[in-house]
Amino acid sequence: MKEVWIIARRELNTFFSSLMAYIMLIAFLGFSGFFTWISGADVFMVGQASMQSFFGIAYWTLFFFIPGLTMGLVAEETRSGTIELLLTKPIKDWQVVGGKFLSTMALIGIALACTLPYYITIATLGPLDHGTVWTGYLGLILMSGAYVSIGIFASSISRNQIVAFLIALLIGIFFHIIFGVLAGNATGWLGGILNYLNLSTHFESISRGVIDTKDLIYFISLIAIPLILAESRLASRKF
Amino acid sequence: MDIIVENLTKIYGTQKAVDNISFKVHTGEVLGFLGPNGAGKTTTMKAITSYLLPNKGSIRLGEFSVTDQPEEVRKLIGYLPENNPLYNDMPVIDYLRFVAKIQGIDKSRISERIREMVRVCGLEGEKHKKIGELSKGYRQRVGLAQALIHDPEVLILDEPTAGLDPNQIVEIRELIRTIGREKTVILSSHILAEVEATCDRILIINKGKIVADGTPANLRKKAQGQEMIRVTIEEGQKNEVVAALQKLHSVDWVNPIAGSDNRFEIQSKAHQSSRRDVFDLCVRSKWVLTELSVVETKLEDIFHELTMN
Repeated sequence: MKEVWIIARRELNTFFSSLMAYIMLIAFLGFSGFFTWISGADVFMVGQASMQSFFGIAYWTLFFFIPGLTMGLVAEETRSGTIELLLTKPIKDWQVVGGKFLSTMALIGIALACTLPYYITIATLGPLDHGTVWTGYLGLILMSGAYVSIGIFASSISRNQIVAFLIALLIGIFFHIIFGVLAGNATGWLGGILNYLNLSTHFESISRGVIDTKDLIYFISLIAIPLILAESRLASRKF
Repeated sequence: MDIIVENLTKIYGTQKAVDNISFKVHTGEVLGFLGPNGAGKTTTMKAITSYLLPNKGSIRLGEFSVTDQPEEVRKLIGYLPENNPLYNDMPVIDYLRFVAKIQGIDKSRISERIREMVRVCGLEGEKHKKIGELSKGYRQRVGLAQALIHDPEVLILDEPTAGLDPNQIVEIRELIRTIGREKTVILSSHILAEVEATCDRILIINKGKIVADGTPANLRKKAQGQEMIRVTIEEGQKNEVVAALQKLHSVDWVNPIAGSDNRFEIQSKAHQSSRRDVFDLCVRSKWVLTELSVVETKLEDIFHELTMN
């Protein structure tokens, strides 16, 4: 576990020294702040002390920002050859993948922590259901985990960052909307499967405050499977 | 720590990059890998560092198997890959600290090791710069520093002096020689003079096979079946001199050197030396011998002969 943390620390430093982290934080807080407080279905228009409008925005902004954060994680190391140095050090492949996952999750954690003032502000405006706020954050973290994991997988199959970005978005968009749209049109067992694959179904049920094992299993598999694929992709160098 | 490579074969697609090679390197030995581009040097080195898995054969470092105990092996190896990849956005010191941590160096010793590496590799003035801002020579030193930071038993260097200026080359070679006294070092190069200057033993690889193995002196002796001398004989007629030289029984053939009237190349017959006979001939014929030198077979020639077919 120590090795995972060492790698995560390095990646996190890179995020901050390359300004990537600041751009991400400013853009994320800018977008979510704008749509939560000022425009569209904002808090004042809804007229309820609720974080739902923020979660709805964050659901989309994170979807677009995460591939931008993850695109270089493996692709850049493969391109520059530093992956060879890293993988000939006394660490396991999964620790490399795990470290990169952890670093991006830490950055997203920081971004979400910066929105806690929204929570405090809304709590002072009226009666707020605190439980749903925390499950909402949990939903965002689980969703981010899934997309970070997909992004790392995409980054591991290309040495070009832009290609990695597009692959991550392409895979992501299926879980984000396409499965949901298809589920609406399909019926029977197919509809059931598509509905289960649809990420927003699970996100919504968690952010409403219902933590079901079914949803947790969904997110944990969506985090684990791409990470395992990314790890086996790294291991494939050997053959 | 000895490195033992047995029947190593690595196949990429349909191409055999390394074809059934075996060799041993002992502690305190610097082994030079020589070969044309694409001969399999880098592949062999990558297999030793456990970056690649061989299709066949085994590699052992002391009692550890590279394929079965890669983690143990990686702790023992310091590796400088080809083209020296580094994180350009990291300052030198931070990078060395990162490598030290990942190598599992004890926390209390990390700072000391970094200071030591900065000193040994001459990075004092550059240690706070970002690696991307360094010149090629300094990058190479950072690459060496990261390979040496955990004081490895085995050092694997893929073209360690590529892109360095002559002074830096001398420094790095000296460093490698010093390290090579106690550790096991494998380095690759296609610069012959470099291998000759730094290595105790040379392994020439061509098309995935070992074509020569020995000390630089041995290799030279092997290629040098017949003695070749170069002479300058003054005060004689060219044709006359050639004819007289040709008659000596220790002489195999004589060749006047183009562009000169009185310089000749003489190849002696196998296991004989014609130097005395040539001198005696000159004395008898009252010619003046102003030059007599033995032409050494150069490593270049051996290399050329072994790898061109």
